[in-house]
Parts: sequence; C-alpha cells; structure tokens
Amino acid sequence: MIALLARDLRLAFRAGGGFGLGLAFFLIVSVLVPFGVGPEAEVLARIAPGILWVGALLACLLSLDRIFQLDFEDGSLDLLATAPIPMEGTVAVKALAHWITTGLPLVLAAPVFGALMSLDERGYWWIFVTLLIGTPALSMIGAFGAALTVGLKRGGLLLSLLVLPLYIPTLIFGAEAATRGIGGFDNATPLLMLAGITAASVALLPFAASAALRINLR
Amino acid sequence: MLELAVDDLTVSRGGVPVLERLSFRLGGGEVLVLRGPNGSGKTTLLRTLAGLQPPMAGRISLPPEAIAYGAHADGLKATLTVAENLAFWARIHGTREIEPALDDFNLQSLRNRAAQNLSAGQKRRLGLARLLVTGRPIWLLDEPTVSLDQASVTLFADAVRAHVAAGGAALIATHIDLRLEAGIFDVGPFKADPDAPARTPSPFDEAFA
Repeated sequence: MIALLARDLRLAFRAGGGFGLGLAFFLIVSVLVPFGVGPEAEVLARIAPGILWVGALLACLLSLDRIFQLDFEDGSLDLLATAPIPMEGTVAVKALAHWITTGLPLVLAAPVFGALMSLDERGYWWIFVTLLIGTPALSMIGAFGAALTVGLKRGGLLLSLLVLPLYIPTLIFGAEAATRGIGGFDNATPLLMLAGITAASVALLPFAASAALRINLR
Repeated sequence: MLELAVDDLTVSRGGVPVLERLSFRLGGGEVLVLRGPNGSGKTTLLRTLAGLQPPMAGRISLPPEAIAYGAHADGLKATLTVAENLAFWARIHGTREIEPALDDFNLQSLRNRAAQNLSAGQKRRLGLARLLVTGRPIWLLDEPTVSLDQASVTLFADAVRAHVAAGGAALIATHIDLRLEAGIFDVGPFKADPDAPARTPSPFDEAFA
C-alpha cells in the first residue's frame, strides 16, 4: 500500500499530475474576494472563515475526478483490483494521496491567504485547525463520489452534484468552528462534530467506495 | 495442486449471458488457447475468471491470489519510466526483482525512458513484463500479441514457455499461432442464446449490472 501511495504522490508531482491546481484555485479565490467585496478590513475579517472554507472545498472538488478516472482509463484499476491489496485499502490510500496533494497544501496555505482577507493571528490558528480536521473528510467523501462515477465519460459534473450535498455538513461545522474560535467563543461542539464527520467518513466510506468501484469495473 | 477448474459456468456482459455451460480445466504446466470470433465473449470470460465480475451461474475454483490478468490496457503511467512502472507492480505484489523481467522482454535499454515515449509495441512488452513481476502462477492473457512484431512475439512465447516449465499455467485468448504446445479451447459452441427467458436477470439485478 505504501507503494501505491508513493506512486500516486510521484504521479501528482510530475508534469501534468495536477498538483498545485487546487492551491492555485484557492489563491485565486482569496485574491478575488477582497476585490469583489471591497477593501474594508472589518467586513473581510468577518466573512474570511466562510470564504476560506468555501474556497478550500471547491479547490478540493476540482481534482476529485482524477482519483480513479486516470487509473480506470489506462487499465491500472483492473489490475489493482486483481492485486493482493484489498480494494478498501486501495480506496483509502488513494484518498490519502489526494489529501496529501490537495488538502494538506490548502491547510498550510490557508493562514497565508487569510492575511489577504485581514484575518488576525487567532484567525490564522483556527482556520488552520479546522481545515486540518475537516479536509480529510472532503477527500474521503470525494473519493466515494469518484468511485460512483468512475465509468462515466465526463462524469465530473455528476460527481460535483453528488458530492456537494455531502460536503455541506463539513462546511457548516468547519466554518462555524472557525468563526466561533475567531470571535473568542467556545467552539468545542462544532469542532467535535467536524472531527466526528471526518472519523466516520474515514471509517465507513472506504467500504462503500470499494463496493461502488467493484460494480463499475464489471 | 495448482488448478483452475471451471464447471458449468455462464458469463454475462451487461446482464446478458454471452457464454454458457463452460467447463474446462487448466493445470500447472499447461497452456490453453482460447479461440473464438470477435465479440464471442473471450474477454468477458477472462474478466470473470480474474474475479473482476461475478459469474452468472456455475463455479470457478482456483487457488487464492493465483491470477495475473493481462488486459487490453497495460496499466502504464505515462510520466513514469519503464523501470518505475515495473517496480511499482513488483512492490504491489510483494516481489522485488524487476531485472529478469526487463531482460526477458528486451527492455533494459529503455529502462529510464518515460512510458509516454514508448511505441505501442514497446508499451505492450512492458505490460507483458508486468506478468513476470507479479509472481502469480496462472496467467490470463487477453490478446497479448497485439502490436508486437515477430521478434517480440517470439520473446513472449519464450516467456510463456519458461513460465509453464516452472509449473505455471496460462490461458491465452489470441488469434495468432504462438507455436506453443497448447490445448485449444473454442468458445464458439458455448455461445449463449441472448433471448433465453429462464436466464433473464430480474429488473433489480439489471439495475446494478
């Protein structure tokens, strides 16, 4: 499984692998919003957690269809299905690779981009923490959606429509935890809910996704 | 005892049976060549045997983790080099040695070239070299010689011969004569009647087929 992770990471970092796509999108959103909303620091700081969370979510969505589609097209997925690795492991590893190449850079970059939105130091911290807890769920739910749509030509639109509703709880609790933390209020409840969503998706969705993949490979 | 045994097997594509009541055996040290016109269900049969789709009826018995499946697509990553592609499949299957496979398919001089810069025949050779690094005893091959030149076909036939001599087995769907000592299994007589009412899947199954 480490071999699969290493391969997926290597592919992502090579030319045309799509690493940086989500990050660039995230940067564009964070740069454009202050232009659209206007330069008032107070307004920007108030909407910053929500904007950063929505930006991270859409950036994540952008690269979801690559999780299985490329392997499906070149036949690797068939061969992986006959390999000694359980399908659930393949799904989990590919979701992890997606998180490392897409989610993790967003988590690390979010405080920097937060500066563009007049976030204060407390804001940097809470954006970092909530994204760190929440983005693994985005990758795992996305991998499930990608597994459902893997056989479809131009399945990207359907994938987005399938996955976006599933992202909403993560978004609500993530943005809520960040906003409360920045305001200095107690945010233990949304933070725990966010962690719960991540833990549940990582525990359950590999099984659902591998079942979907097996059906799509037939 | 290494043996692939198929009893009264019916395989389906898209919920429609394509081959029915297949029975054959393939033991260690044997090669079986599948024959049949295009669309007769050879690929479907091989995918079913590889465990990629469930059989519609009948039984397949084979040792666990014995199958190495060679499909139409080689499963190569364009931006990885020949050696990286092969080393990945070797690690996935828990083997380490890729040098013998590179030697057997004459890929040593190409080992550091990215797979996207290979010709169709070279890609195919790399795809076949993958079979050697899986370390699996039963090869299921779907048109393995497509885009290979005469010299490469000979390399492939030698690889199959060596595999069989070491106790392995191979089931090969092909249209050309590989000059192997092989049994011939013609799927033609087993063609399913698509309108057979008894075997029509229920609407529920069809939705998930």
